[in-house]
Amino acid sequence: MTQFFASPVRDASSALRDYFVPANAPFSCLVKKGESVRIVDLEGQQAVDTLFYKADDFTERYSSQDTLRVQGSAYVSTGTKLISSEGNVMATVIADTCGRHDTSAGACSCEANTVRFGHQVKYLHACRENFVIEVSKHGMTKRDIVPNINFFMNVPVEPTGELAIVDGISGPGDYVELRAEMDVLLVISNCPQINNPCNGFNPTPIQVLVFGAED
Amino acid sequence: MTISVETQTFIEENKRRYEELKAAGQQHAPKALPGPTLRGSASIMPGAVLHTETIPGGWYWSTPLKAGEALRIHLAHGPAAVSMIAWSATDASERLNYADTVKVQWTSALGKGRVLFSDMGRVMFSMVEDTTGMHDALVGGSTPASNRARYGDKVLRNTRDNFILEALKRGLDKRDIPPALTFFAPVRTDADGNFRWIEDARQTGDFVDLRAELDLVVALSNCPHPMDPAPDYAPPPVEAIRHQPPAPAADDLCRTATIEAVRGFENNAR
Ligand SMILES: [Zn+2]
Repeated sequence: MTQFFASPVRDASSALRDYFVPANAPFSCLVKKGESVRIVDLEGQQAVDTLFYKADDFTERYSSQDTLRVQGSAYVSTGTKLISSEGNVMATVIADTCGRHDTSAGACSCEANTVRFGHQVKYLHACRENFVIEVSKHGMTKRDIVPNINFFMNVPVEPTGELAIVDGISGPGDYVELRAEMDVLLVISNCPQINNPCNGFNPTPIQVLVFGAED
Repeated sequence: MTISVETQTFIEENKRRYEELKAAGQQHAPKALPGPTLRGSASIMPGAVLHTETIPGGWYWSTPLKAGEALRIHLAHGPAAVSMIAWSATDASERLNYADTVKVQWTSALGKGRVLFSDMGRVMFSMVEDTTGMHDALVGGSTPASNRARYGDKVLRNTRDNFILEALKRGLDKRDIPPALTFFAPVRTDADGNFRWIEDARQTGDFVDLRAELDLVVALSNCPHPMDPAPDYAPPPVEAIRHQPPAPAADDLCRTATIEAVRGFENNAR
């Protein structure tokens, strides 16, 4: 796998803030313009479903379709600009040790799980449950939840339009780093999915580090 | 990293369930989907037409659509692209979800025989007829920024603003606008995942028939797709025909083509 490090790589100990997000859990924090957020897949093969909202106007939020259109490619990696519903750049991917990430397939939900896997899996915790709980802390509702980025998830889109099913490709310690281009609210669901290989059948914790602006 | 016995057991259990689910899914052999509907076929009986709307180039239109009714989007006046969003008529927080639609059917290539899902695991539309099979589920409609990038600094209508207007007129707001599907926008990826536009995949006379499977409100926008390479902004009018199709038979293609569609319709019935 090609490595896509930014250079120089900043030491984790220089982070302003350091969060541990347990397996299955939701998480959110504010990231100021110029700060960088590093999402670390501590044990590997863990999907991290992520949304962004403009910090002072939550009606402006991450748009998967605008992001795909502007970069002209189905995958997110180093250099990808994450575009908002208003056409503004919210963040830029500045480092990525994994290679590529998905923003076509959205988050798992109890309801979609019944369709994908059968009704017997309805009562299993899911990303949309996490998102609803987490955005409610900021005064938002299900209306505010839009299709997200799935960091560390590999969903190849074939020239026929088919989406392929493949195992997670991240290893322990793999990370993705994003520089905020506006003040954003970062919302994460550390995916609890255990019905397919995206989390290696075993959801694991992640780390979120926030670094100060570089000179 | 050492894995505890408990974790190992947990992984094995989940893996076993995954294998069981996969095997059960394979017992329901998916039906082979037919090719596109022939142009000029599948005419609507005159008595079945409930309303015909001609949407001028650049404009938008919306309609309630009761479960069982259908909407034909017809390129009656030349090749165009029509973006669509939809809400449940009874709860606007339930809306068209393109990500679930492509994920649960494992394809972004939507065509005759496919269904379109809401975010609540329910089927909103069946694609009962479709002459092209070339629609865009991933890139979305035009925006003020995409128009500026394509056509320069002119004042031109765009899909994003059309949907904002539509939402606001219905007492909704920007937060209620889900990502759009765009019919007759022939977008695919190349082997590296880069989007490309497949010219000549649509022509005058193309149509798609969407049968509502829930009581819905549907909004359409008739603007050029942002990847359309045509140098001029010149969208022709399109026809939208609300009509009453025959009731689906027990072996209805869209309701039985895949195990995922079957389960989606089970959710509709709950
Ligand atoms: Zn998930």
